[in-house]
Amino acid sequence: MARLVAGIGSSHVPSIGRAHDQGKQDTPEWAPLFDGFAPVKRWLAEEVQADVVIVVYNDHGTEFLLDRYPTFALGVADSYAVADEGYGPRPLPQFKGDPAFSAHLAQSLLTQEFDMTLCQEMALDHGFLTAMPLLWDAAPAWPVAVVPLFVNVVQHPLPTAQRCFKLGQALRRAIDSYPEDLRVVVLGTGGLSHQLNGERFGHLNPSWDRWWLDTISHDPQTLAALTHLELIRDAGAEGCEVIMWLVMRGAMGAQVRELHRTYYAPMTTGMALLTLEEIASRD
Amino acid sequence: MQPSSFPTSNADATHLPGTYLFDLALSRQGYVFNRMCAALRKPEARAEFLVDPDAYMRAQGVSEAHRDAVHRRDWLALTRLGGNLFFFLKLAVTLGVGLYAVGAQMRGESYEEFMRTRSVPGAV
Repeated sequence: MARLVAGIGSSHVPSIGRAHDQGKQDTPEWAPLFDGFAPVKRWLAEEVQADVVIVVYNDHGTEFLLDRYPTFALGVADSYAVADEGYGPRPLPQFKGDPAFSAHLAQSLLTQEFDMTLCQEMALDHGFLTAMPLLWDAAPAWPVAVVPLFVNVVQHPLPTAQRCFKLGQALRRAIDSYPEDLRVVVLGTGGLSHQLNGERFGHLNPSWDRWWLDTISHDPQTLAALTHLELIRDAGAEGCEVIMWLVMRGAMGAQVRELHRTYYAPMTTGMALLTLEEIASRD
Repeated sequence: MQPSSFPTSNADATHLPGTYLFDLALSRQGYVFNRMCAALRKPEARAEFLVDPDAYMRAQGVSEAHRDAVHRRDWLALTRLGGNLFFFLKLAVTLGVGLYAVGAQMRGESYEEFMRTRSVPGAV
């Protein structure tokens, strides 16, 4: 039977990918961020040994254009390409999918009345890519298969935070009902506080970010009850992306243990990594 | 459970100064412009755009107001005209303008002024 073995929340800032590709991991400006990922990467390789990662992410005008914009979409392909976001694709290998697992997730989610858009082709941009090489070695090939789960956090109306949490709960039931022995990680991406539009560009709120990280383990319902307006006010317009972390948190049981946390806010985004593990079975 | 309030139009976010909620009204206004920006994902489109930006934008049906704002590198005006940053960043980088320069312009600051407001300006 498939088993959820970890829940991870991570920011997906493009500058992290650039620093990674340019080998700036040990520079004073970037070491605080990359050093924070290193122990989690080790733990994933040595102890977790996941087979599949469900990556909850948003696209940034790269693959999903505004002519038809899904609210939730799920990859069901056997491979996924690395996208060109306007400055050439990043030097990362393409990802292998798990179409049988994806098909099961699709069937289960639809049965649970989450009507996903199902995609046979998805090129992946920084929303998906940023955390991946910081958590798993990309070369020579990714050691994990992936299932991309897209959430609209770009064009309002967005799904509510509560809906994202419930999608996570449904996703967990889907994982638990898969008969194959798979070790599954759910990775929620985005945030934390940042705003990239208008005169309020650069809005950052480290104390709110800390509150979010402090609260998600033991009281996710408080976060799921937040409105978009509250999120925009406190975390910034693009800070709304944090609702994708609630898909990850919804997939985990009530009792979770925080294994690791990193937070760094050097420029315009609160960059965070949070690693959670379940303590008890779901109630 | 129905959330007590969530933004369904820009009007709901107007009390947040300097914030432009990318809703369906703005998306409609910026639709052709954003579509043109997304086309710049392809290297051949970027090359064609750079030969004659105005001709490229006209051929894509981009309005005069949007084209004027592009020529002035006025990202704030483009935002008000329904441009979405994630889309027009592809245009900006094609023109050699990075995210932080775009942000500085929207804030009404020079790049250097903006960078002085950041805690680790070397982390770019």
